[in-house]
Amino acid sequence: MHRIKCPFCGERDESEYIYQGDASVSHPPFDASIGDFYRYVYVRDNPKGWHREWWHHVGGCRMWVQVARNTLTHEIYATAPAGGVLDFPEDA
Amino acid sequence: MRYSVFSLLSQGLRGNTGWKPAWRQPAPKNQYDIIIIGGGGHGLATAYYLAKLHKRASIAVLEKGWIGGGNVGRNTTIIRSNYMLPPNTHFYEHSLKLWEGLEQDLNFNAMVSQRGVLNLFHSDPQRDAFARRGNAMRLAGVDAELLDAKQVKQLIPVIDIDNARFPIEGGLFQPRGGTVRHDAVAWGYARGADALGVDIIQNCEVTGLDIEGGSVHGVHTTRGDIRAERVGIAVAGHTSVLAQMAGIELPVESHVLQAFVSEGIKPMLDTVVTFGAGHFYVSQSDKGGLVFGGDLDRYNSYAQRGNLPTAQNVLTEAVAVLPAVARLRLLRQWGGIMDMSYDGSPFICKTPVKGLYLNGGWCYGGFKATPASGWCFAHTIANDKAHDLNAHFTIDRFERGHVIDEKGAGPFPWAQ
Ligand SMILES: Cc1cc2nc3c(=O)[nH]c(=O)nc-3n(C[C@H](O)[C@H](O)[C@H](O)COP(=O)(O)OP(=O)(O)OC[C@H]3O[C@@H](n4cnc5c(N)ncnc54)[C@H](O)[C@@H]3O)c2cc1C
Ligand SMILES: [Zn+2]
Repeated sequence: MHRIKCPFCGERDESEYIYQGDASVSHPPFDASIGDFYRYVYVRDNPKGWHREWWHHVGGCRMWVQVARNTLTHEIYATAPAGGVLDFPEDA
Repeated sequence: MRYSVFSLLSQGLRGNTGWKPAWRQPAPKNQYDIIIIGGGGHGLATAYYLAKLHKRASIAVLEKGWIGGGNVGRNTTIIRSNYMLPPNTHFYEHSLKLWEGLEQDLNFNAMVSQRGVLNLFHSDPQRDAFARRGNAMRLAGVDAELLDAKQVKQLIPVIDIDNARFPIEGGLFQPRGGTVRHDAVAWGYARGADALGVDIIQNCEVTGLDIEGGSVHGVHTTRGDIRAERVGIAVAGHTSVLAQMAGIELPVESHVLQAFVSEGIKPMLDTVVTFGAGHFYVSQSDKGGLVFGGDLDRYNSYAQRGNLPTAQNVLTEAVAVLPAVARLRLLRQWGGIMDMSYDGSPFICKTPVKGLYLNGGWCYGGFKATPASGWCFAHTIANDKAHDLNAHFTIDRFERGHVIDEKGAGPFPWAQ
């Protein structure tokens, strides 16, 4: 069981959240190329190790939370609110 | 050694002392014509069909652990071809046909059991959707029957047909679907490939690809460098890791899927059943255990284990369909890493690197694909060109807008 620290509600079980995917991608400008939009929608690094991701605290405050989590060990390093700065492990 | 009633009898009389290992344990050579990375079902099947096509080529399968230790030995063993979109329908039907002749072809008992696959529906719109899929299947020459609630109850007496929340209205039945003993598939293909001269090299992890001037020239491994002008990737959950070694970007994420086996009980279920109001599938093994699973854990993962919320969800669904199982104990539970593509369909294709071929994106359903996947991948590698059956399973279909999204889930791999 992941225990994810919501910046607003504190540490909660993963079952209160819905996973919303890779948080390292960002929307390209509207005049960007098809290739840029393709990469934004479809291409992911899919790292074996540290990953920036979105978890939506639907069963709590309903805010989106950034999480630095390890995809191999399921360890959580840090969390941050949507607009905040996420601490991320040095070696990643 | 050919397996037959006679070899069984004569070995029995000799106290089973004369059996030989089913494949060799060769040391890697410096060079092969073709290297397949990944000794799962798909890699081994590819090597087998390649060796059949290309009698003189030297071929190696490189496996980082032991063969059968990946998803091919971790899945819930269901085979079927009940797809609606044409590229999938034809590809999976080809696979089912290969399953039907597999044991004779390989001279190996893989316990292919065409006990039928029944997809339950629980509402009128769902019936319409299933009827449409069944019609699409029948148009393509695939078997499909729409059953009403009474016929479902007849087929599976223990089912909770009047479930208060999700009453069962009927089901789409594919009689030719069923189950196959999964590790026998790895072993059968390994034995068949080995007999045709393929080197199956275990404990040999590929750590890098030797790419120069846009072509592949070999691989770096934990057992030294090996040269080859043609290299096929078939590593399932590690597809992105290998693609990155080649600098190829992919619409793939790795996610964990769990499987469960109950204690052994007397026969209660002689077909495969799936619950349509959630995601749950179950069959009963010949040993008597109920083998079942459900959704992914729904977060990126390379850990071959899942978490309890998903387990609880799957077990709740089990009890909803078959209330009688509520008192059973779980015997085993494990996880495997799925290479989830962004439309739920696979890749069997060439890559931007010359001589490098990709087989991946198998999601939940790659076991049933094993024979056709190996067959098509072998064809693609041998001819440097896709077969019609896998021509749609390319990487660039996403950028071109030709996704094959059977489920209509959109670009969310964990929802596929
Ligand atoms: C719990 C579970 C249930 C499933 N149920 C079903 C089902 O009922 N029906 C169905 O059709 N499908 C099912 N699937 C999906 C199916 O099992 C997979 O899609 C399929 O087995 C993947 O192909 P494979 O057999 O080649 O994979 P694998 O057996 O995983 O083979 C890939 C191999 O590559 C090796 N490898 C990885 N990296 C390297 C490297 N760097 N160097 C060398 N080797 C490497 C791995 O060690 C592994 O052995 C299920 C999967 C799971 C996990
Ligand atoms: Zn919260």
